[in-house]
Amino acid sequence: MKEFLEGSHAIAEVIKSCQPGVISAYPITPQTHIVEDLAQMVSSGELKSQFVNVESEHSAASVVLGSSATGVRVYTATSSQGLFLMQEVVFNIAGMRLPVVMTCANRAISAPINIWNDQQDSISLRDAGWIQIYAEDNQEAVDFHLIAYRLAEDKRVMLPVMVCMDGFILTHGMETVDMPEQDKVNKFLPAYKPLYKLDTTDPISMGLLADPDYYMETRFALQETMRESIGYLSEISKEFNNVFGRDYKDLLVEEYQLKDAEKVIVAMGSVCGTIKEVVDEQRAKGKKVGLLRIISYRPFPYARIYEALKDVSKVAVLDKSVSLGAYAPIAVEVKSTFFGKKKGPKVISSFVAGLGGRDITPDTIHEVFRRLSAKEVNFDFVDLKPELLKEEYGE
Amino acid sequence: MENSPLFKCGHTACAGCGQAVAARLVIESAGANTIIANSTGCLEVFTTKYPETAWGVPWIHSLFENSAAVASGIEAALIYLGKKDTTNVIAQGGDGSTGDIGLQAISGMLERGHDILYVCYDNEAYMNTGVQRSGLTPFDTNTTTSPAGSLSSGNLRPKKPVPEICAAHGIPYVATASAGFPQDLIRKVKKAISIKGPKYIQIHVPCPLGWRHESNQMLPVAKMAVETGLYPLFEYEFGVITARKQIVPKPVEEYLKMQGRFKHLLNNPVEIKKVQDVADSNIKKYNLKLEAQG
Repeated sequence: MKEFLEGSHAIAEVIKSCQPGVISAYPITPQTHIVEDLAQMVSSGELKSQFVNVESEHSAASVVLGSSATGVRVYTATSSQGLFLMQEVVFNIAGMRLPVVMTCANRAISAPINIWNDQQDSISLRDAGWIQIYAEDNQEAVDFHLIAYRLAEDKRVMLPVMVCMDGFILTHGMETVDMPEQDKVNKFLPAYKPLYKLDTTDPISMGLLADPDYYMETRFALQETMRESIGYLSEISKEFNNVFGRDYKDLLVEEYQLKDAEKVIVAMGSVCGTIKEVVDEQRAKGKKVGLLRIISYRPFPYARIYEALKDVSKVAVLDKSVSLGAYAPIAVEVKSTFFGKKKGPKVISSFVAGLGGRDITPDTIHEVFRRLSAKEVNFDFVDLKPELLKEEYGE
Repeated sequence: MENSPLFKCGHTACAGCGQAVAARLVIESAGANTIIANSTGCLEVFTTKYPETAWGVPWIHSLFENSAAVASGIEAALIYLGKKDTTNVIAQGGDGSTGDIGLQAISGMLERGHDILYVCYDNEAYMNTGVQRSGLTPFDTNTTTSPAGSLSSGNLRPKKPVPEICAAHGIPYVATASAGFPQDLIRKVKKAISIKGPKYIQIHVPCPLGWRHESNQMLPVAKMAVETGLYPLFEYEFGVITARKQIVPKPVEEYLKMQGRFKHLLNNPVEIKKVQDVADSNIKKYNLKLEAQG
C-alpha cells in the first residue's frame, strides 16, 4: 500500500513486518527515529519483540549477537561513531556467521564532530565480512531490509547484512513508499530456522579459539561466501520481484542511460537521484552521459562493473568518503576492475564530494562532468571553499 | 576428581589452576539447563581450543568485554522463545574483563534487570597475557606492569571494589566466594541461580603461575586470603550486607610469604603494615572478626 512516510518510520514499519525476536540499539543521530518507532511498536504490543535498551553500541551489537546465536531473528541500527564503537563486534558477528541485519544511517565521522551525511562510516567497515547494500531512496531502503533478511538467513550465506541509507537525506526525508503487505512479507521471508543455536537440549560451543592450523580456512570460507553471494543477490532479487513486483535486476548495480554513453559517473546512495536528474537534462541536450549506480558495495560486483563500463571512454567516480593517504575507496575498486584488461575506460577520474553533509547539488554534478576530460584526475575534492582553505593555511 | 559431564577433563589449564576448579563447581551447581557466555581470557582459551571443548552446556565466546551484553541477548532471546523459565544464563570472565574493560557492559546488564548470573573469576591480574596488573590487583602486588623496584613496592592502588559497585545497583544478590571454600561457593551459586534477576558472584581463584606458588598450594593460599581478611567473603541482598564469613584473623604476613608476587615485601615492615591495614579495614568494614560477635 502506498503511504507518504518519513524514511525512518518506513524502516521501522518494514522491520515490524519482519518480526525480529530481539531488537537492541543505542541512540545516535540520525538513526534515532527508527528505533524510537520500533520501541513504540513494542510498547503498544503491535510488535512482539524484546527491545533491549543498552548502554552503548558495543553492547547493542553484542546483544543481537547473543540473541542471534540463540536462534532468533534480530535487528539493530546505528550510525557514524556508533558503528565505529561497534566495530569489534561487527567483525565478530561476521566471523561467527550470524545473520544479523543492521541499518546504517550514513553519517560523517568525528573530528570535527558532524551529524550530517556522508558514507565514511560504513565504507570504513568494508572489510568486516558484512554484505553492504546502499539504497538510493526510501522505497529501496524498505525493500532492501526484506532482501537483507532473506539473504543473511539463506543457509548458503549465513552472513550479516548492513543496509546503508544516507542519514537525514533518506532517514528524515518524506517520500511516498509502497509498503510491503504482511502476507507478501510472510511469503517472501519465512520464519528464521537457524543452522546452529545455543540450546540446552543440544549443547554446542561457539566462538572457539582457532590456532594457525585452523584460522585461515575460516577467512577463506567468508571470502568464498561473499563471492558466491553475487549470484544469490540476483536470485533473491528475482524472487522479490515475483512477490512484490519491483525489479532491482541483479541488485549489484543500476545502469542509467549507459547505452552509447561516453561520460559516466559511478556513485552510490541517494546522490544518484541528483545525478539522474542531471543526466536527463544533459541527454535532452544531446550529450552522451550516464550513471552507473553501485548497489552492492560488499560483495563488490567487479564483473558487472566491467561489463557496464568496458566500452565507456570516460568515467568519474564520485566518493562520499576518503581513505586518507590513499585514493578514494570506490575509485580504487573501479580502477582495479580494469587493471590488466584489454577493454576499459581511457580515463577513470576520482572526485570526493558531499563530506559532512555538504550538499551535492546539480551544479556539483555538472562540475564533475565538466572536469571529466581526457586528462585523468587521480583524486580531487569538489565544492571546496577556497576562502576557508586560506584561513586554514594562513595564506 | 571424577569426570564431569558439564565441564570435561582434558582441558589445558595449568596444574593447580584455581579458576578451573571454580568454573567446574559453578557449572555443576548451576546444572545442565544453563547457557554460558564467556569473556576472552584463560578460561576461554584453556577450555575451547578448536576442535575441542570442555563444555557440556551451550557455551559462547564473543569478545573480551562483552559477555554481559551477549548474555543479555541470550536472555532476551530465551524470553522471546518462552524458554527463560527453564534455562539459566551465566556470563563469566576474569577480573580484567569484569572490573576493567567489561565494567560498563556489566553495569548495563545489572541496571536492565536481566535474569543472569555474572561470575567473575578473580585471579587479580591479566594472567592470560602474562601477569599484567588489573584494577583488581591488590595493593603492593608485583606484576609485570606494576613491578616492584627501588621506587615502587608494586601495585600502587587497592583492589577496585567491584562487588560493592554491583551491589550499588540494588540487585537481588551479590556475593564473594573462594576456590578455597568449595562448599560455600556451591551454596552461593545455587542460591544465586534460585533468585530471579541480576546476580553477581566474585570468586577468588589462585593462579600458581601469576602468584608464584607451588601448584599444590592452590587451596591453602586461597584459604589464607580469606583467613587474613584480605579476601572477605560476604553476601549482599538488594544492596544490604546479609551475611559474611567470620574469621579469627591471621597476620597478613602468613599470606604474603606463601607467594612470590609479594616476596619483595617480606623484609619491609612498613609495607607489610600497609597491607595489614587493608586487611584490618576489611575486618572492620565487614565485621569479620569472630570475637566481635561474642
